[in-house]
Amino acid sequence: MSEAARAVPAAANGPLLAVRDLARYFDVSRPLLNRLIEGDRRQILKAVDGVSFAIARGQTLSLVGESGCGKSTVARLIVGLYTPTRGTIDFEGVDLAGLSRTALAPIRRRFQMIFQDPYASLNPRWRVADIIAEPIRAHGLIAGADAVRLRVDELLRHVGLAPNDGDKYPHEFSGGQRQRISIARALSSNPDFLVCDEPTSALDVSVQAQILNLMKALQREFGLTYLFISHNLAVVYYVSDRVGVMYLGRLVELAEAKTLFARPQHPYTRMLLDAIPDLEMSGRARIPVAGEVPNPLAPPTGCAFHPRCPWANERCRSERPELKATPTGAAACHAVEERRLPDARVVAPPALPS
Amino acid sequence: MTSPRANRPLLEVDGLRVEFPTRRGTLVAVDGVSFHIDPGEVLGVVGESGAGKSLTGAAIIGLIEPPGRIAGGRVTLDGRRIDDLPYEEMRRIRGRQIGAVFQDPLTSLNPLYTIGRQLVETICTHLDVTPQQARARAITLLQEVGITAAERRIDHYPHQFSGGMRQRVVIALALCANPRLIIADEPTTALDVSIQAQIIALLKKLCREHGAAVMLVTHDMGVIAETADRVAVMYAGRIAEIGPVRDVIKRPKHPYTIGLMGSIPTIGRNVERLTQIDGAMPRLDAIPPGCAFNPRCPKAFDRCRGERPEAMAIEHGQVACWLYANGRMGER
Repeated sequence: MSEAARAVPAAANGPLLAVRDLARYFDVSRPLLNRLIEGDRRQILKAVDGVSFAIARGQTLSLVGESGCGKSTVARLIVGLYTPTRGTIDFEGVDLAGLSRTALAPIRRRFQMIFQDPYASLNPRWRVADIIAEPIRAHGLIAGADAVRLRVDELLRHVGLAPNDGDKYPHEFSGGQRQRISIARALSSNPDFLVCDEPTSALDVSVQAQILNLMKALQREFGLTYLFISHNLAVVYYVSDRVGVMYLGRLVELAEAKTLFARPQHPYTRMLLDAIPDLEMSGRARIPVAGEVPNPLAPPTGCAFHPRCPWANERCRSERPELKATPTGAAACHAVEERRLPDARVVAPPALPS
Repeated sequence: MTSPRANRPLLEVDGLRVEFPTRRGTLVAVDGVSFHIDPGEVLGVVGESGAGKSLTGAAIIGLIEPPGRIAGGRVTLDGRRIDDLPYEEMRRIRGRQIGAVFQDPLTSLNPLYTIGRQLVETICTHLDVTPQQARARAITLLQEVGITAAERRIDHYPHQFSGGMRQRVVIALALCANPRLIIADEPTTALDVSIQAQIIALLKKLCREHGAAVMLVTHDMGVIAETADRVAVMYAGRIAEIGPVRDVIKRPKHPYTIGLMGSIPTIGRNVERLTQIDGAMPRLDAIPPGCAFNPRCPKAFDRCRGERPEAMAIEHGQVACWLYANGRMGER
C-alpha cells in the first residue's frame, strides 16, 4: 500500500479494528545447556493461535474464556505490548505491522488500555494530575501547563471525581476511584479505541456497577469502541454488542451477545453458560462439567476441547475445526457443522464415554 | 418443641465483637454480630471487602491474628462455649469439630509434604486410629472428593495438582475428622467458572452425606443462591439482613441488599443501566453514627442518622433497618 493510500481512511462504515489470523507463540524451553544435556525438547507455548475478528466503530466486542485461554495476550498484541508471531492487525484498514515507529505514533495515541489491577497500574509516587496528564505530554497534544491542567480537571469530572483530587496520590483513593483514574488517563489522549482487560475483576459488585455504568456512559458520549476482556459472563452480557469465546488460544465461537447467550452453539460455550451460578434460582438442572483445561504446552490433537466434549467423535479427535459461519454467528466445531448437536439450550447430553 | 436437644442450633453466635487496637484508637471490625446455624444447614455470609465476613469466620475458629481480639459476645458450639477456651483446647476443636476451607488452596497445603502425609497426620491427630487405618481413610476421602487414582495420587506433592484438584484435597483435609461444622471462606474465588461449579456441587454433596453444617463466606451472590439455605448480608462489620436465601435474593428488604442485588449484572436481564449504590463502604475508622449505611441510603431519615437499628424480625428473617420498626414494611 502506498503512503498516499494510507492517509485516506478506509470507508467510514468499515470496521475500526480487524485482526486476521493473529498468533503469538512464547518460547518456554529450558536453557540450551539443559536441553543438550538432558535431551529436553524445545517447548513452544501457543498462547494465541490464529484468531480473527473485527470490531465496528462505537461497538463493544468482548473476549471471554477461562484462565490461560489467551484473551489477555490478544489484548496485549493489539495495543502493541507484544509483537505478533503471525497475522495482521488493521486499524481503519491500515496494517499496523507495516508501519514505521514514527508512522505508528499518531495511531497509537488513538489506542488506550485499562488494566485489571488499579493498585498496580498507577505510579504511587506521582500525583493523580500527573498520571492523567502523562499521555497528553507523551504525545505533545496540549501546550502549556495551565492548559494541560484544565484538560485534566475536565477529565476528572468526566469520570466522576473532583478537580482537586488531581493533587492527591493514588493511595488516597479506593479501588473503584483508582479505576476511575485509570479511565481518565486512558481518555486523556482522545482515543477512539479502548482495550479493557478485566477492568472490574478486582472490584466489589456495587463498585463494579459504578464503573460499568461509567464506561457505558463514556462510550455513548465519546463514541468509543471497546475490546472488553473478562471471565465474568454476566458482565460481558451487560456491556457487549458481540462476544468471542476463546479456548486454548483459539476463538471457538463468535456471535451477537444476545444470540450467544440465548442460543450458544459450541459445546464449550454451552458448558461455560451452564457453569454460571444461577441467581434466578429457576432450579434448572445443571450439566456436570467434566475435566479441566488441558496443558497448553501439550494441547490435545484435533479440536482442543474434545477430551471434555460429550459429543466428540473420531473426526473431532483428529481434525482441527475452523471457525465457520452458523445461523447465529460463527463456531469452530465439527458437531455444529454436521448438525449433530441438539438445538439451542442443551437439555441432556449423552453420557460421557468413560 | 418436644425435644429441645434435637432443635438446638449447632452454632450460636451472640453479639460477637472483634476489635483491632491501633495507635489512633480501637477499630471495631465486627460489631454485634448474632446468628445461628442448625445442624446440616448451609449459611451463606455475603458482603463486600472489609464487611467483616472473613473475620467473623476466623473468630469462630479462634484464628484472629493478634493484635486483633474478640472483645465481646459469645460463640457456642453444640451447647459449649468456645470463644474463651485456652489455645490448646481450641486447637483440638479446630479440625475435629470445625473444619476450614480457605480461598487459596496453595497456602492451605504444605508444599514440602505429600498430600498423603498431610491427610494422615490430620487424621491421626484427631481420631484414634493406626497409621495404616489413617492412610486407608485418606484414600477413601480422596476418592470421595473426586480424585481419580487416589491410591497413586496420595503420594504426590501439592504442586503436582491443578488448582481445582488442590481445592478438592483441601476439602478432603477439612473433612478428615468428620467435623460438625465447616467454615468455607471464599472456597471457589480463585477458580475458573467451570471448576467453581464442580467444587460447589462437591461441597454440597459431601455436607449432605456427612451431615455437616457449613458457614459459606463469599462475595459471590450466585454461589450463595446455588448453595445456601439461609444468607446473612454484612455491611461495615454488622449484619444488615438475614433470612432464607430465596427471600433475601428475590425480595430483599434492607436498602443495602436491594442496591446490592440490583448492581449485579444478570444474563437475560436487559437493562441500559445497572442500579448503582453511590459512594463506598466506610473505612473502619470512619463508620458513621446511627445506621452504618445511612450516608449511601436513598431512604434514610433522621432516626437512621442518630440511632443504630437493631435486628428486627420480619417474616422468616431479620433486618437491621428503621424502615421495618414497629411492624412497618419498608415505608417511612
